[in-house]
Amino acid sequence: MRPFRYHRPADVAEAVAVLAAEPQAAYLAGGTNLVDLMKLGVQRPDLLVDVTRLPLDAVAELPDGGLRIGATVPNSDLAAHPVVRRDYPVLARALLAAASGQLRNVATTGGNLLQRTRCVYFQDTGKACNKREPGSGCAARHGQNRDLAVLDWSEQCVATHPSDLAVALAALDAVVEVHEAGGARDVPLAALHRSPGEHPERETTLARGALITAVRLPALPAARRSTYLKVRDRASFAFAVGSVAAVLDLDGDVVRDVRLAYGAVAHRPWRAYRAEDELRGRPFSPELAARAADAELAEARPLRHNGFKLPLTRAITVRALTELAEGTPS
Amino acid sequence: MSAGAVGRAYPRLEGREKVTGAARYAVEYPVDDVSYGWAVPAAVVRGRITRVDAAPALALPGVLAVVHHGNAARLAPGSDRELWLLQEPVVHYRGQFVAVVVATSLEAAREGARLVGIDYDAGPHSTVLTSDHPGLYRPDHVNPSYPTDTAEGDFDAGYAAAPVRMDATYRTPAYHNNPMEPHATTAQWRDGRLLVHDSNQGASSVQATLADLFELPSESVRVIAEHVGGGFGSKGYAKAAVVLAALAARQVDRPVRLALTRQQLFGPIGYRTPTIQRVRLAADTDGRLTAICHDAISQTSTLHEFAEQTAVYTRSMYAAPHRRTTHRLVRLDVPTPFWMRAPGECPGAYALESAMDELATAVGMDPVELRVRNDAEVDPDQGQPFTSRNLVACLREGARRFGWADRDPTPRARRDGRWLIGTGVAGSSYPARARPSSAAATARADGGFLVRINATDIGTGARTAMWQVAADALGVPPERVEIRIGDSDLPVAPVAGGSMGTSSWSWAVVRACEALREKLRNAPDGVPADGEVTAEVSTEEEVGGQPMLPRYAYGAQFVEVRVDVDTGEVRVNRMLGVFAAGRVVNPTTARSQLIGGMTMGISMALHEEGVLDERYGDWVNHDLATYHITGCADVERIEAHWIDEQDAELNPAGVKGIGEIGIVGAAAAIANAVHHATGVRIRELPIRLDKLLGLSALA
Repeated sequence: MRPFRYHRPADVAEAVAVLAAEPQAAYLAGGTNLVDLMKLGVQRPDLLVDVTRLPLDAVAELPDGGLRIGATVPNSDLAAHPVVRRDYPVLARALLAAASGQLRNVATTGGNLLQRTRCVYFQDTGKACNKREPGSGCAARHGQNRDLAVLDWSEQCVATHPSDLAVALAALDAVVEVHEAGGARDVPLAALHRSPGEHPERETTLARGALITAVRLPALPAARRSTYLKVRDRASFAFAVGSVAAVLDLDGDVVRDVRLAYGAVAHRPWRAYRAEDELRGRPFSPELAARAADAELAEARPLRHNGFKLPLTRAITVRALTELAEGTPS
Repeated sequence: MSAGAVGRAYPRLEGREKVTGAARYAVEYPVDDVSYGWAVPAAVVRGRITRVDAAPALALPGVLAVVHHGNAARLAPGSDRELWLLQEPVVHYRGQFVAVVVATSLEAAREGARLVGIDYDAGPHSTVLTSDHPGLYRPDHVNPSYPTDTAEGDFDAGYAAAPVRMDATYRTPAYHNNPMEPHATTAQWRDGRLLVHDSNQGASSVQATLADLFELPSESVRVIAEHVGGGFGSKGYAKAAVVLAALAARQVDRPVRLALTRQQLFGPIGYRTPTIQRVRLAADTDGRLTAICHDAISQTSTLHEFAEQTAVYTRSMYAAPHRRTTHRLVRLDVPTPFWMRAPGECPGAYALESAMDELATAVGMDPVELRVRNDAEVDPDQGQPFTSRNLVACLREGARRFGWADRDPTPRARRDGRWLIGTGVAGSSYPARARPSSAAATARADGGFLVRINATDIGTGARTAMWQVAADALGVPPERVEIRIGDSDLPVAPVAGGSMGTSSWSWAVVRACEALREKLRNAPDGVPADGEVTAEVSTEEEVGGQPMLPRYAYGAQFVEVRVDVDTGEVRVNRMLGVFAAGRVVNPTTARSQLIGGMTMGISMALHEEGVLDERYGDWVNHDLATYHITGCADVERIEAHWIDEQDAELNPAGVKGIGEIGIVGAAAAIANAVHHATGVRIRELPIRLDKLLGLSALA
């Protein structure tokens, strides 16, 4: 791998300043993704700025009933947090469905959101990938694309975002707190990740050197009735081939509010606004859930090998919402 | 023999060293002045290397050398072409190793490998196996030396005349061996002699291969493989890593450690060939088979002919008057396929045992009873009685333990909430062979014994098993016996492969111990106080003189699966195997071998698939994140049992070998259970949810 330097900043401001001054630098948190990509030659930073010792590892309840999660809180700690388990089961379930116990122990909240795509062509420097090397082409578009996008892809990139956590956060309307050279700002999670478009190498809307410091969950009492369903090719330790995060608030049998987000279908966690619109205000039934999923997937454009993701996503939408309606999340 | 160590459950002798990290593997030996090698794979599928630019790599601090065809030591011409590495500017498959960068640190070697500039003149290639490939041909024989085709009776007429027929084609993908320890070597040259610590399945054969390649007398090559982190066949012979390490060490004149990366295991070390298998079965209305035909297609490389013996399983498994088997190959621009646990039998049994299930449905018969009805006392292939054949006993005992009785054969008849439940069965068989070996036994003055044999323990428990066998053969408690294996300085022994390790090695160990006891009997004063008495034997003559008889182990695999009616997810509720494999030396390690094989069968049936991209000519999912291997959570309940079996026609220890039979039939049992659960027959492995999705439309 490329020789690199290592720096441990004293505070957030210094971290951001170092990144601003070093065009080839990268933040190092859990390293579960970055270090692999460095070994593969896919990412080649010359300086790693280790943010794991910054004081960003607290989970705090907010006065408005929300929750503030420090960027370096490990996935396993967050999944086990009693408030998360009680108030945001969708989040705990998404975290526990991800990776392995060992990885969750070191993977962080902020790092998880910024993990790179898992497209096999991106990870192999011997193959064309616009994300890794802009302008080199997309080998996946007409290659082996079973695991890739059905929504919102471009001719330049058909990759999917691999995070389970991000899908849950999308459903919860989470807000990402970011420090940049110009100061702090809030970015809605739904606006954090980009569509691939003409520039798949740009995966987020963050400026270069921006550091995620926390993720804020708004108070959402309805989220106590929430779940995350993940389908994968083996029982554990595999990325989703389909996933859904769902929050359902019923008034009698009428859908008062609903939040739905999909994983494994697009370049970003996919908030299913159209499906939500179909559901809201109507008496819940599995058939309604299926129609809602169909509405969301109406514009899907499956690739050669991944047409199955449409019936799969539809099926897990129906299951997740029906289980929530019946009060029996599996 | 004494009260007997054989048959008792002992923990592995080296278990403590392994779990505490004290056991050393190939690149873990402390070596002075060591350097690190990193293999450089070819970036094209087929073509010529027109230029190697080593300068950027050599400019990197720490890089000592870039070894390639232009500067590497010459290997003997006429060697195995897969191993004739860095000798010519020709690329035969993508990923073929075309250079090695040597550096003073692993990191510098890796970065150096990235910096080597290689230009190619690439030609067109063909890398996908199809049933109508223009390059299909009939090899002269299939592995290791079976006839390519066989025929008895008149299959076409028998098939046409039968009242019940089934005709189906089954496909298996490329499967990639992924032992925990990759192919890895530490190589050192000293005064013209080569010492390698190498991860392999047989140090004697690696020694011989290296001696040939480097044109050395065999005593100038020493190969140590004391602990090996798995092989599954992929380390059965010398492979690229040891050759590259030896070439690199010669170039830089200092020791070199070289381990392949996980990604580099997908291809260059060999893999289980994809297969396309057509099976046709015909039967009377009572389920008695009248005609069997198994036509198998697989691939090989342009470098070396590797002819997987896919249909050989079918030659001896079930009886019928009209029988035919054929094998066809295609030479593709791919790495040469190689052994993977039960090569031939494993993919072949998937097809035949699936077809038997389809026939059971067609004839309206229980699949256990169908197999019992078609059992054979005489080998249909060789025409001689089997030395022992307990397939029926395994089926009966398995059915009893599993709770098979009263199974409703109707597909899609059992449901538990969202899960469709189904059960399946398959037969299993693997040849029980032995090879010549040598061994030495020494009596020491203190009453202890030392037994030496260049056997290899690739994680199976072989060291412990040989220790038990030796104790009984010496008639002493095992605590008085020391066993040494895994070093080519020890008496020559065959590889840990083909389920022949225990049978071959124990034969030599028993004979050596007997010879020692004979010597001691003739030495009235016993072992001299300041010395020892040694007997060394070879079983060459005895094994070679053994009559050719059909010797096989058998088994029966039972599986219950559940399939999610909405998502198509398949889970294995329980799996139970019963095996008849002669005498079991150590129940603890035997059980591990059997359930390990069965688990690998789950992996084959449900998870593993090398996904090839023809444009690039390689497998795109070349890591363990994307090439899925069954995990612990996929194995909910698994049991292996065995029946007592005495067979005097085998070998002195009465063993048949258990390394491979556990995987044979396992994938078919799972596929059959999935069909029983869903009514859907998937004939192309792996059985994944995208192939089953949409079942609710039928609900």
